[in-house]
Amino acid sequence: MSRRPFKGFLASALALAVVAAACGGGNKEETPASSTAPSGGGAAPAPAASAVDPNTAATITGTIKLEGDAPKAEAIKMNADPVCMREGKGTTTEFFVTGEGGALQNVFVYVKDGLGNRTFQAPEQAVVLDQRGCHYRPHVFGVMVGQPLEIINSDPTLHNVHAMPKSNQEFNTGQPIQGMKFNHTFTTREVMVPFKCDVHGWMNAYAGVLDHPFFAVTDASGKFELKGLPPGTYTIEAWHEKLGPMTQSVTVGEKESKEANFSFKMTS
Amino acid sequence: MLHLFSLLVAASTLILILAGGFVTSTGSGLAVPDWPNTYGWFMFSFPLDKMVGGIYYEHGHRLIASTVGFLILVLAFWLWRAEPRRWVRRLGFIALAAVITQGILGGITVLWFLPDAISISHAGLAQIVFCLTVSIALVTSRGWSRAYATAAGPAPDDRTLQRVALATTLLIYTQIIVGATMRHTDAGLAIPDFPWAFGRWLPPQWDARIAIHFAHRVGAVVVAIMVLATTLHVFAHERSRPELVRPALLLLALLTLQVTLGAYVVWSAKQFVINSLHVATGASVLGTSLVLALRAHRPRFSLEAPASARVAA
Repeated sequence: MSRRPFKGFLASALALAVVAAACGGGNKEETPASSTAPSGGGAAPAPAASAVDPNTAATITGTIKLEGDAPKAEAIKMNADPVCMREGKGTTTEFFVTGEGGALQNVFVYVKDGLGNRTFQAPEQAVVLDQRGCHYRPHVFGVMVGQPLEIINSDPTLHNVHAMPKSNQEFNTGQPIQGMKFNHTFTTREVMVPFKCDVHGWMNAYAGVLDHPFFAVTDASGKFELKGLPPGTYTIEAWHEKLGPMTQSVTVGEKESKEANFSFKMTS
Repeated sequence: MLHLFSLLVAASTLILILAGGFVTSTGSGLAVPDWPNTYGWFMFSFPLDKMVGGIYYEHGHRLIASTVGFLILVLAFWLWRAEPRRWVRRLGFIALAAVITQGILGGITVLWFLPDAISISHAGLAQIVFCLTVSIALVTSRGWSRAYATAAGPAPDDRTLQRVALATTLLIYTQIIVGATMRHTDAGLAIPDFPWAFGRWLPPQWDARIAIHFAHRVGAVVVAIMVLATTLHVFAHERSRPELVRPALLLLALLTLQVTLGAYVVWSAKQFVINSLHVATGASVLGTSLVLALRAHRPRFSLEAPASARVAA
């Protein structure tokens, strides 16, 4: 084989490697979250947020229950990482976290429809997703489009934070050092965005990304509250990671508080 | 010595394929988010005590890949310096180019979040690199250099065997690509039972994942038929040629193992060790069939000068 074509091939291969590395899809830690935010220069200004009159604001509350016997939580085997075995000892699975009377925790509840063309300003305060004891805390959470999401590694081991949205930009960031923080903002509404750690396969979390602030995650008592709603008719959706979504239509008048309860049935 | 070294390279490449199988089987493909560094460390200085969880498989795969790449570089250089046959020297450079491309594909796979097409290409090219190393090991062997001639005379030119063996090898490669497509589109358990499909001969419903999974099962039947046809021809017509009988026997044994492993992949719900062994055994089936096909074709290669003196390129 003559040397010239071979040298040409090597040069092409090296160029391809450089281009591939430069065009990499993963967010780099040193790149701020603005790399995933919409570009500023030349874009049309965002519409002014719609103010909700507190004198007429309504509230929707409810309790979410599970009918049937939920599978028992199992201890998570963290043998893959000795640090996790120490830091996360006793951690159990969170697929079905139930309380008294079948109260179902970790259900994401939100206004799916009914707000019309109203827009809402994203808070500047970040939502925090912490990796502690080789476990995402919280397991299910909500964040607004444009609101900072701060992801922290509180563990003395490595984690990668891998978000797998369908509408937003996928990212996969390494956090090898305890205390490392990474900021990200989502640009599009999406329910739900799964998070996983590819190093520790048992770690997962879910983010509901919305363009309004009317969402909640049920607590140990299975309760939720959506307050500050303009009067109107809304589709409320309750989403569970294993049981899927359920919806209800709720109409609230001025300063009215209504209850919308959900009951998920355990499937075999 | 060159032949022994080339055997080492081929064996190392098979180990690399097994290691790569473990990466996908354990879902560790993105356990190291950056490339070519590892969590910001230069690859070869990444602390060993941080090789935990999925990093153990992904970074381990990268280390083995780098070693194999280096071995192929040495092989290509050694062939360039010591091999008198120009086409064999070229084979060395082609193997080097292929393994470099494979490394880059691996990096792209990670940086672009495992797009199916790239992941499948990475799997497919891995098999080609393996075939190249197996070929180099074969053509630098003593048996090849004497054209498998015996006291009775030169090896016969069995055209039927050449065609059948070549077709079998190509079909095995196709089956591997179908398998890789099934794996990387998450269709490995699209049909959850075996040997039935949802309790029947044919799936009662179809979608893309069920279709590719079923295609892999059909491919296994086709490959099995072709392997049987090839080996039966060897036993019927070339029983006196050990250079054909031995790989034929090995091919039958590996085929049996591979089908068994395939069944256990489904029965075990893709247990990661079984899953990875199925990948590596597939490569072994391909390599063995390639050896049989090349040996069958040996009479068609021109008689070559002894390897004592290097001929200028």
